[in-house]
Amino acid sequence: MTLIIGLLAILFLILTGVVISKTQQLIKGVKGEIEEKEYNSLNKSNNLNAIGLFIFWIISVIGVIWSFFDARKDFLPEASSVHGKETDYWFWLSMAVIMAAFFVVNTLLFYFPMKYKFDKNRKATFYPHNNNLEVIWTIVPALIMAGLVFTGLRVWNKVMADAPEDAEVIEIMGRQFAWAVRYPGVDDNKLGNYDFRLMDDAAGNNFGIDFTDQNSFDDFTNGTEMHIPKGKPVNLKIRARDVLHSVFIPHMRVKMDAVPGMPTKFWFVADKSTEDMRKELGNPDFNYEIACTEVCGRSHFGMKLIMIVDEPADYEKWKKEQKPFLTLNPDFLSKVPENLKARALKYVESESASEVAAVTDVTE
Amino acid sequence: MATVAEHIETQDHAHGHGHEEHHEQSFIRKYIFSEDHKVIAKQYLFSGIIWAVIGGLMSLVFRLQLGFPEMDMAWLKPVLGQWVSLAPDGTGKLDPNFYLALVTMHGTIMVFFVLTAGLSGTFSNFLIPLQVGARDMASGFMNMLSYWFFFISSVIMFWSIFLETGPAGGGWVIYPPLSALGEANPGSQSGMTLWLVAMALFIVSSLLGGINYVTTVINLRTKGMSFDRLPLTIWAFTFTAILGILSFPVLLSAALLLIFDRSFGTSFYLSDIYINGHALPNQGGSPILFQHLFWFLGHPEVYIVILPALGLTSEIIATNSRKPIFGYKAMIFSMAGIMFLAFIVWAHHMFMTGMNPFLGSVFMLLTLIIAVPSAVKAFNYITTLWRGNIIFTPAMMFAIGLVSFFVSGGLTGIILGNSSLDIQLHDTYFVVAHFHLVMGAAAIFGMIGGVYHWFPKMFGRMMNDTLGYLHFWLTFIGVYLVFFPMHYIGIAGFPRRYYQWSGFETFNTFADLNAFMTIAAILAFAAQIIFIYNFIYSIFWGKKAPANPWRSNTLEWTTPINPGHGNWPGEIPTVYRWPYDYSKPGSESDFIPQNIPFSATPESNLPEENEMISEEKEIEKIEFNHNIPD
Ligand code: HEM
Ligand SMILES: [Cu+2]
Ligand SMILES: [Cu+2]
Repeated sequence: MTLIIGLLAILFLILTGVVISKTQQLIKGVKGEIEEKEYNSLNKSNNLNAIGLFIFWIISVIGVIWSFFDARKDFLPEASSVHGKETDYWFWLSMAVIMAAFFVVNTLLFYFPMKYKFDKNRKATFYPHNNNLEVIWTIVPALIMAGLVFTGLRVWNKVMADAPEDAEVIEIMGRQFAWAVRYPGVDDNKLGNYDFRLMDDAAGNNFGIDFTDQNSFDDFTNGTEMHIPKGKPVNLKIRARDVLHSVFIPHMRVKMDAVPGMPTKFWFVADKSTEDMRKELGNPDFNYEIACTEVCGRSHFGMKLIMIVDEPADYEKWKKEQKPFLTLNPDFLSKVPENLKARALKYVESESASEVAAVTDVTE
Repeated sequence: MATVAEHIETQDHAHGHGHEEHHEQSFIRKYIFSEDHKVIAKQYLFSGIIWAVIGGLMSLVFRLQLGFPEMDMAWLKPVLGQWVSLAPDGTGKLDPNFYLALVTMHGTIMVFFVLTAGLSGTFSNFLIPLQVGARDMASGFMNMLSYWFFFISSVIMFWSIFLETGPAGGGWVIYPPLSALGEANPGSQSGMTLWLVAMALFIVSSLLGGINYVTTVINLRTKGMSFDRLPLTIWAFTFTAILGILSFPVLLSAALLLIFDRSFGTSFYLSDIYINGHALPNQGGSPILFQHLFWFLGHPEVYIVILPALGLTSEIIATNSRKPIFGYKAMIFSMAGIMFLAFIVWAHHMFMTGMNPFLGSVFMLLTLIIAVPSAVKAFNYITTLWRGNIIFTPAMMFAIGLVSFFVSGGLTGIILGNSSLDIQLHDTYFVVAHFHLVMGAAAIFGMIGGVYHWFPKMFGRMMNDTLGYLHFWLTFIGVYLVFFPMHYIGIAGFPRRYYQWSGFETFNTFADLNAFMTIAAILAFAAQIIFIYNFIYSIFWGKKAPANPWRSNTLEWTTPINPGHGNWPGEIPTVYRWPYDYSKPGSESDFIPQNIPFSATPESNLPEENEMISEEKEIEKIEFNHNIPD
C-alpha cells in the first residue's frame, strides 16, 4: 500500500510541477485567434496532459492488478453453501468479462488522447458516423448481456425455488437491534402461529407466540445463537417486528429482507460445519455470523447473531437438549385454552413437579 | 419548421418594443428575483456549489469514522456539539445516530440538491435558450419560481440539520417503517418531517423547471434549428426534463402517503408492528409499496443525474477533438432508449426485498438491456477521440475523466443487475462503489467540465488553466483511489450504512484499506478548494474572455461576450447546419458555426448540403423575431 501511495505521490509532484511551469507561458498569450507562437506553447501543456493520461493508465493497471492480488486474501473465503459455490462461480466469471471490457475500453480511452493530441499540421478526420460500427457494438454487448441474463436466470430460479419438503424450518426475527431464532421443536416439528398483538417484551413473549395453537408448545427460541445442520436444506422463515431488517449470512451467500407484516424466506444448504471452517482457516475461534444489511437505526451495525453449523447428528442432539419456550416460561400456560391444557402441561411437567403445581394454582 | 415559426410569431406580436431599449432593472429584479435564465442558472450554480461543499464535508466526517474508528473526535465538538459524546477521559466519539443522519443528508444533498438542481438547474437554464437561439425561457416567471422553490426547499433541508433530534436518518431512500416511526429513530421525528416538506418543495421546483425546459426546446427554437440540428446537450436536457416530469410526481405521492402515515394514522406502509413495548394499531399496509413508488422515481433519478452530464460531455469532447461527435443519431437514440428503459428497471433495487422472484427475473432482463445503449454511448465517445486533433482544455480533461468513470462504474452495474449475484452484493460497499463511480463522480465531472467550458460565457472571463489541470489531476486520481478499493471491501461483504465493522469477525479485515480511502477522500476534497479559489478569483479577476475561446460551433458563442437580457442584441442568428462541422474536408477553418449558411461554404459542402442551399432563402423568410416577454 505504501508503495502505491509513494508512487502516486511522486507522479503527482512531477506532473503538477511540470504542468505549472510549462503552462505559465500559455496563460500569458491567448487573445482571440490562436497564433503560431501559441500553438507551440499549447503543444507543451497539451503533450503533458495527453501523456499524463496514458501514464496514469499504465500506473493504474499495475495498481489494479497488484491491489487485487493483495486484497484477495481478505475477499470472502470460499462459500460454505451449495448455491453459494454456484453464484461465486458466475460472479467471478462475470468479473472476468467486465474486467476484460474495463481494460480494453479504458486503454483505448487513454491511448487515443496521447496518439491524437493536437498537432497544427494535422487535421482531424471528419468521421461523423459509421452504421456498421454502431450495429456491431450494439449487437456484441447485447449478445454478452443475453448470455449473462440467461445463466443468471437459471441460477436465480434455482436459488429462489421453493424449499424441499424435508427442509429444516427455522424462524429468524429481526428487531431493534438483535436477531432471535425460533425452532419448531422436536415433537411436532411445526412452528406454532404468532401474532404481533401477542408480543409482550415485559412478559417475555417477544416473538408473539400464539399459545392457542398447540404447535407452539414444543417450540424453542434462542437469542444468542442459531444452530443449523450441515448438508441438509435449511428453510429460513424471516420476519421483522418493528422496522425493516435484512438477514445477511456472508459465508452462506444468503441475504433477504425482514419485513414487518410480510414474512419472507430463503433456503440453502450449508456444506461446511463450523468445525470444518475452523480447521480450514486454522482459526479455532472462527464463527459464522449473521449481520443486518437494511438500515434499521442506531445499532444497525451491531445486529450480530452467531451461527453454528453442526454435523447432522450433533444438531439433532443439540435440538433435543433445548427446552421449549413454554417450559422456560410456564406462566404462558394461562394463555393455553382449556381443551389443550393437558397437552401443554406435558411440557411444563417435564420440569419439576412442584413448580407445575404452583403454576397451575396461579392459572386457575 | 414553418408551423413552429408561425406559432411563435403570434405569441410575440404583442410586444412592440425591441429589447435593446429595455429599461434598466432594479438590483433586486436583476440579480435576486430575476427572470433572466442566465442569472437563474448562476443562482443554481452557486447554490449547487455551496451544497456540494456541505455534502462533501459531511462525507469527510463519516469517512473519518470509518477509516479511523478509534479516532478521538473531541476536536469536532465545537462544530457538531451534542453529536460528539465525550468520554470521562476527554476523548470524543461520534454518535451512531448522527452517523446515520450524516449519511442520509450526504446522499440527499448530493443526489438531489447538487446533481439534480445544481446540474440541470445550471446548465439546462443556461444553455437551452442560448443553444436553441431563444431570448429566454418560455416562461421566465415560472423559471424564477422554480429557483425560489428550490431555495426554500434548501433552507428547510439546511435547517433540519440543526434540530435537537437531528436531521432525517433512515438513508436517502427513507424506507418506512423506520422513517415513519419517530420512536424507531430520532431522525424520524421532526428531521423527517422537514425532509419530506423540503422534498415536496423540491419536486415542485423541479417540475416548474422541467416543464419550462421542454416547452422552450419545442417552441422557441430559432429559424432553421430543426430537431436534427440540436446540439446533444439540448437533447440530453430535454430527455432529462421528461424523465423528471414523469417520475417526480410519483415520489411526491410516495412522500404524501408517508406524511399521512406519520401524522394522520393511516396505514399505507405500516402493518404488524410492535415497538418499544407496544403493538401499533396499523394493519394492512406494505413497506414494499413504498419501495416500488420510491424507485419508480429513484431509478430514473440516476439518469436525471447522468444524462445532462453526458450531454455536456458530448459537446466538450466534440469541440476539443475538433471532430464531429461520432454517431450523432445513435447518441440520440441511445439516450431515448435509456430514457424509456429507465422507467422499467426500478425493481432491480429490490431483488432482495422478498418480492416475487419472477418479478426479479423480469427486472433483471430489463436491467441488463439498459446496459446496451449505455455501452453504445461510451464507444461513441471513444470513437470521437479517434483520429481527432485533441486540445486538452481543463473541460476536456474532465470530460475524458467522466467517460472513464462511466465505463468503470457502469460495468459493475452488469453484475449488480444480475439478481443471482446481487444476493451477496446488495447493500454492500460494492454497490456504493458502483454508483459513486457511474453516477456520483461521473456526473460531478460533467458538471465541473461544464463550468470550465462555459465559464467564459457565464462570466466573460477565463478560468486559470494551470489551476484547472492541477484540480483535474488531484480530483481524478483521488476519486479513483477512494472508490476503486471500495469494490474490494464490497466483495468481502462489508455492509453499507455501518457505523463501524469491528463488531464482526467477518468484517474485521481491510482496516488499512479503509484508512487509505479516507486519506484519499481528504485529498480529493482538498483539491476542490483549488477549484473554488479559481472559480471565485476568475469571476472578478480572470483574464477577459474572447468571443469564442474554444472555437466552437454552437449558437451561444455568437452572442456578445457578456450577453445581456435577451441574449442577442440584434436579430437571433439563423441556423443552417448541425453543430458538429469540425474539421470539415475542404474548409480552411477547422470549425464552421451553425449560423454559417451552406452558400458561404461551397468548398466544404457535401453533395446533399449543396441541395440545401436553395432552402436557405425559405428559412430566412420566416418571420421569427421573438422578443422576451416581460
Ligand atoms: C450499466 C448500466 C447500469 C446497471 C446495469 C445498473 C445496475 C444497478 C443495480 C442492479 C443496482 C442495485 C444494486 C443493489 O442495491 O444491490 C444499482 C444501484 C445503483 N445504481 Fe446503477 N446501474 C447502471 C447504471 C447506473 C447509472 C448510469 C447510475 C447513475 C447515473 C446508477 C446509479 C445507481 C445508484 C445511485 C444505485 C444505488 C441505489 C441505493 O441502493 O441506494 N446506475 N445499479
Ligand atoms: Cu437491522
Ligand atoms: Cu436503478
